[in-house]
Amino acid sequence: MSTAFLKSGPFLHGKASTSTSMALVLIALIPTTGYGIFLFGRPALLLCAVTMVSALIFEALCVAAMRRPVLPCLMDGSALLTGVLLVLSLPPWAPWWIGVLGSALAIVVAKQIFGGLGQNVFNPAMMARVALLISFPLDMTTFVKPLGLTDPGAPGWLDSLRITFMPQPAFFDAVSSASVLGHIRTETGRGVSVADALSSLPDLNAMFFGHTAGSLGETSAALILLGGLFLLATRVIRWHIPLAMIATIAAFAATFHAIDPKVYSSATVHVLSGATMMGAFFIATDPVTSPSSTRGRIVFAIGCGALTYIIRTWGGFPEGIAFAVLLMNALTPLIDRYLRPRIHGRTRKGAAITVEKRA
Amino acid sequence: MGIVWTRGRWFRIRGGVHPEDHKNLSAEKPIATLPMPDRLYIPLQQHIGAPAEAVVKIGDRVKKGQLLGRAQGRVSAPVHAPTSGEIVAIGRHPAPHPSGLPIRTITLAADGRDEWGSLPPPLDPRRANPEDIARRVGDCGIVGMGGATFPSAVKLNLRERYALKTLVINGAECEPYLTCDDRLMREHGAEVLDGVDAMRRALGAADAIVAIENNKPQAIDAMSLAARAFSHIRIVAVPARYPMGSEKHLVHALTGRETPARGLTADIGVVVHNAATAFAVHEAVRHGRPLIRRVVTISGEAIKTPANLWAPIGTRIAELIAFTGGLTQDAPRLLLGGPMMGAPLADTATPIVKASGGVLALDQGTKASPETRACIRCARCVDACPSGLMPLEMVLRIRKEDLQSAVAYGLLDCVGCGACAYTCPSKIPLVQYFNYAKGRMAVEQREAHRNTEIKRLVEARAERMERLARAKKEALAKRMAARKKTQNTAARGASDAPAEPRKVGA
Repeated sequence: MSTAFLKSGPFLHGKASTSTSMALVLIALIPTTGYGIFLFGRPALLLCAVTMVSALIFEALCVAAMRRPVLPCLMDGSALLTGVLLVLSLPPWAPWWIGVLGSALAIVVAKQIFGGLGQNVFNPAMMARVALLISFPLDMTTFVKPLGLTDPGAPGWLDSLRITFMPQPAFFDAVSSASVLGHIRTETGRGVSVADALSSLPDLNAMFFGHTAGSLGETSAALILLGGLFLLATRVIRWHIPLAMIATIAAFAATFHAIDPKVYSSATVHVLSGATMMGAFFIATDPVTSPSSTRGRIVFAIGCGALTYIIRTWGGFPEGIAFAVLLMNALTPLIDRYLRPRIHGRTRKGAAITVEKRA
Repeated sequence: MGIVWTRGRWFRIRGGVHPEDHKNLSAEKPIATLPMPDRLYIPLQQHIGAPAEAVVKIGDRVKKGQLLGRAQGRVSAPVHAPTSGEIVAIGRHPAPHPSGLPIRTITLAADGRDEWGSLPPPLDPRRANPEDIARRVGDCGIVGMGGATFPSAVKLNLRERYALKTLVINGAECEPYLTCDDRLMREHGAEVLDGVDAMRRALGAADAIVAIENNKPQAIDAMSLAARAFSHIRIVAVPARYPMGSEKHLVHALTGRETPARGLTADIGVVVHNAATAFAVHEAVRHGRPLIRRVVTISGEAIKTPANLWAPIGTRIAELIAFTGGLTQDAPRLLLGGPMMGAPLADTATPIVKASGGVLALDQGTKASPETRACIRCARCVDACPSGLMPLEMVLRIRKEDLQSAVAYGLLDCVGCGACAYTCPSKIPLVQYFNYAKGRMAVEQREAHRNTEIKRLVEARAERMERLARAKKEALAKRMAARKKTQNTAARGASDAPAEPRKVGA
């Protein structure tokens, strides 16, 4: 079918465009990205640069290999966004090759091989994160204590370059530290109660504002929430997924915490730590890999939340968002198939509704 | 799905979009009267159904309001002379027709006297019986003026088969730019409501609701004031949200009841007519005047002075534009109807017809076909669809030519409002895909029907031929036998005459 000559309307279009949506998401991520760089210093900045640039390069290579125009594809902003989402989920002092390999996995394997923008089944950033986590568990779980740009002990440019580009084991390991969830998992694994484990960690306030060890852009629940609210206000995302996902995690956590507070952390810890906020507002809401109908989105989000809690609590990894989202991504086509909106004038099963005929 | 509070009422509304409305260009322009053009081009088909049949010939002198074309068949409408003059041509002329092809059109040269012919006597809707009102509406060539052009009399006769409770008057006018109904309701509220009441009586409906979008407060006020004279008519403000004017969705918002898929609103006791149609009904019933003029909004950024005009049916669009002062740029995008569901205008010699509510000249900058990007499954189209369809899934299937599964996703339930395409950030021409698929479905259905018909005929012929052949053979055999017998008889002198062969061919 040719669409060169439009025979039918509408002849007006809304202002929304794919690239503006991507740009708005990028804008929404500025606070938490900026804070991540401030918190973890120059190595974090270098890692950001490496990851984003390599994401763009891989996108360009793939598109060029398919003999399609490169520039429009780069301009849609999706590759850059994938790069940003990926780097925000990495340990801030991860070596350069983690960023590059992650970008390659995200762009080439998770996105372009499926057919490019809009065709991928799994969230590219999360697929890369999980692949890296399984392949390089040590590099992916070496978190550092916040040692920001302004901190006197922070590495200067030279040290930062060495941290990122000439990583040696044990370099700067005096500052390595566990993330909140990782710490709780290790400690409870040794029989220490959650409360005791938490006592040696930053308080909830710090977790909310993000002054803790963790992934580059996921420590500050407040700033991510701010970005998320911005996305809601600009109608890039709708509220169903974030709300349903956070509520599910909180409900699970509160229930088990009530049953045995020694073993299970509270809802607040679960909601404010790890990638919960990032996952709920920026990852699970990815339009490409989440369901299309409102009911589908809610089911999807509840699934993400439940799986996250299950993996965090009983699984082999302290953090569950990435795994949970990927598992639910796999169910998205199924959800889209079975949870369609009801068609006007039809029953859910698709039959025309009946009215009692009069006269 | 949303719940909206509008002027003292909650409305349940599903989907919809908020296009920029641009109504301010013409909303404050009172309806002016276009001077009678020299020539009028009156298409014989201005409605859904069979075209009218010309009852005049070239050279005939006609009076204003005289019948030019007679309705043919049950779903059809007559056309009348918009002014007095001479018939100078009957032939093909460009017209707003879905095919885009020129259609049979009567050309009338105005004599400038604008003399009325004899009109049927006025009816008092309070005393006339329903059949008479419906017949009058049919005789006056009234069709749905909101754009659907369904002959109104056919809808008024629905009382014969349905128990109708409510008449809904669609004064929503949800298309951006269009203000013709707004102005008509503001300036002629009493006449519109008189028409509404006549229709209500014809239908035997207990009450009538006039629905107006809340972005037309003056129309709501004017109509509310006029409605004090009518006890069975309510004016209801509905939220301004496209496509509020879509019949089944409007009825749902007003009554909370859903029309069955593939059914009529009459199934739930409701009939919907347009506000301009109600005015035409008033003219027909009270004055015997056929539908020969309508209010047209001339607007758009490329129109020098936007206007609302009383224009005779058959006025060429070029003349309407020229009367308002012309265009501000060389090649604007010309549209007939609103920008959401209207059609591109190929030729300004096209006349306005009973359905033409607006002529728009949009800025070239209002790109009609912005660059299409890949679908990112954002599902804004799903959220925008008032009918609960999944446009993105439908397009996916249409691209693969899998029309049956597109139908399973509701292709045939699509009203073509274009809310999905309006909101699509990737600018995918969704409506175009759906129209293409619906067209293909229709063609395939026709072809399938034709094929079964041909198959049936071929089989019948084969059977007939076989029967004939068999009969022939039998006849031959019998003749041979008979001859043999005769020979034998002749030889032997016996006499049993064969009667059988006569039966052959029976």
